[in-house]
Amino acid sequence: MAEILDNLRQYLAFPFVRYAIIVGVLVALCSSLFGVTLVLKRFSFIGDGLSHVAFGAMTIATILKIKNEMPLTLLLTIICAIFLLRAGQSTKIKGDAAVAMLSVGALALGYLLLNIFPSNSGNLSGDVCAALFGSASILTLTATEVWLSIVLSLVVVGLFVFFYHKIFAVTFDESFASATGVSAKSYNLLIAVVVAVIIVLAMNLVGSLLISALVIFPALSAMRLYKSFLSVTICAAVLSVVCALLGLLIAILAPRAPVGPTIVAVNIGAFLLCSLIGKISGR
Amino acid sequence: MSLISCENLSLGYEGHAIVKDLSFHVDMGDYLYILGENGSGKSTLIKTLLGLTPPLKGSIRYGDGLKKNEIGYLPQQTLIQRDFPASVEEIVRSGCLGRMGFKPFYGAAQKELAARNIERMGLTSLKKRCYRELSGGQQQRVLLARALCATGKLLLLDEPAAGLDPKVTAELYGLIRSLNEKDGVTVIMVSHDLNAALEYAGRVLHIGSRIFFGSREAYRSSGALGSFEGDVKNG
Repeated sequence: MAEILDNLRQYLAFPFVRYAIIVGVLVALCSSLFGVTLVLKRFSFIGDGLSHVAFGAMTIATILKIKNEMPLTLLLTIICAIFLLRAGQSTKIKGDAAVAMLSVGALALGYLLLNIFPSNSGNLSGDVCAALFGSASILTLTATEVWLSIVLSLVVVGLFVFFYHKIFAVTFDESFASATGVSAKSYNLLIAVVVAVIIVLAMNLVGSLLISALVIFPALSAMRLYKSFLSVTICAAVLSVVCALLGLLIAILAPRAPVGPTIVAVNIGAFLLCSLIGKISGR
Repeated sequence: MSLISCENLSLGYEGHAIVKDLSFHVDMGDYLYILGENGSGKSTLIKTLLGLTPPLKGSIRYGDGLKKNEIGYLPQQTLIQRDFPASVEEIVRSGCLGRMGFKPFYGAAQKELAARNIERMGLTSLKKRCYRELSGGQQQRVLLARALCATGKLLLLDEPAAGLDPKVTAELYGLIRSLNEKDGVTVIMVSHDLNAALEYAGRVLHIGSRIFFGSREAYRSSGALGSFEGDVKNG
């Protein structure tokens, strides 16, 4: 045990490890907050679709040789989020079909583009793997990316706290909310944009294929244990941060464990544990 | 001046009218039943009254100081709500949001209003309970309390008795009647329960192939009832 702690202290001496932990915790916090709303609004698939879009957007940024990929990725993903939300209400292409179309399309085009315009690193499968599963990208964040992540996370948390009651109202009952003058449309738009931001943030941590796990698992776990919106939200946030922290530490100490999948694995464990506790206590 | 007066409304989607030439008004203290079979345009009428969809033609005027967002709406339950983790108190308080503008948190006044309406609906002992664990009748009372937080003037209820057994339905109707008679809350009830309409309604608006608007007595004695009855039952 002492050896492990010693080992950990050594790793924590590196600034990039500290950055990774700060960003990881913030991203986990953001994704869990809005996860509750997404799960309850049956919007989980939008998160999934958007993560693939983010992958496509990132490849575009890569082949354009833009040094800092995040702003462009963010912009494209937000545009798609707004489009998807609109599509959910249109009758011509049903919401889920639109999501599927956009997400597989972005995935295929992204990979195609990466093959046609190879990046400088010359390690195509490594690049793709990093984008899809996160691998070590959280450990290679530049200082700009770290600051951008911190600022965006704080904005997301701030928005959530400020609009908490409205988000609750719009999630629970859209028709009542709009009838009494809470503009459900604007808040849905806000939710879609914020989710796009979260997804781009989380890409660094767990990669685009695994982002949904970060959004969905804490919310579902918390719903096994608690019964009011506030307690579910708080529980999801705490669970998500703890799981991310635990996953990160395991990944740092065990050299062969990739960060993203490790965090997701811890989340799965937490979900099973919560389900069990929920069953036993009869909730 | 009426609370709401509608003149020559045409309702429908994308230029296709379902209801034409609809004129009626709602006065303070009224108990209006809106009857009609499925597909007759009831839901569209609700959305139009709430100001969510504009009418194709005609005009709606709100009077007596009623603002558009002062209609306490009780929508039909959605699938989402069945497994939603929310306490009774959280839901009832959310009725106050419409009038709070950009204020992010509830103040003492809103909390008190919510507590009063929880009490009024006899839910005080359940206020920390989870909504999805309540019975159908209790859930409707929660939504009624929420609607009362939005306004004390006018309630618009959309099939509130759907899925409730007869005893609970009668209790709910009794509760709504006492809100109307004792507290002077104006009630618009959208329903296809003809018998309840004949028992509780002050006025009846029937939409469908033929339109009727008038008092319950006139509705009962109008030769039209028979044909409407057929309408409703088939609907």
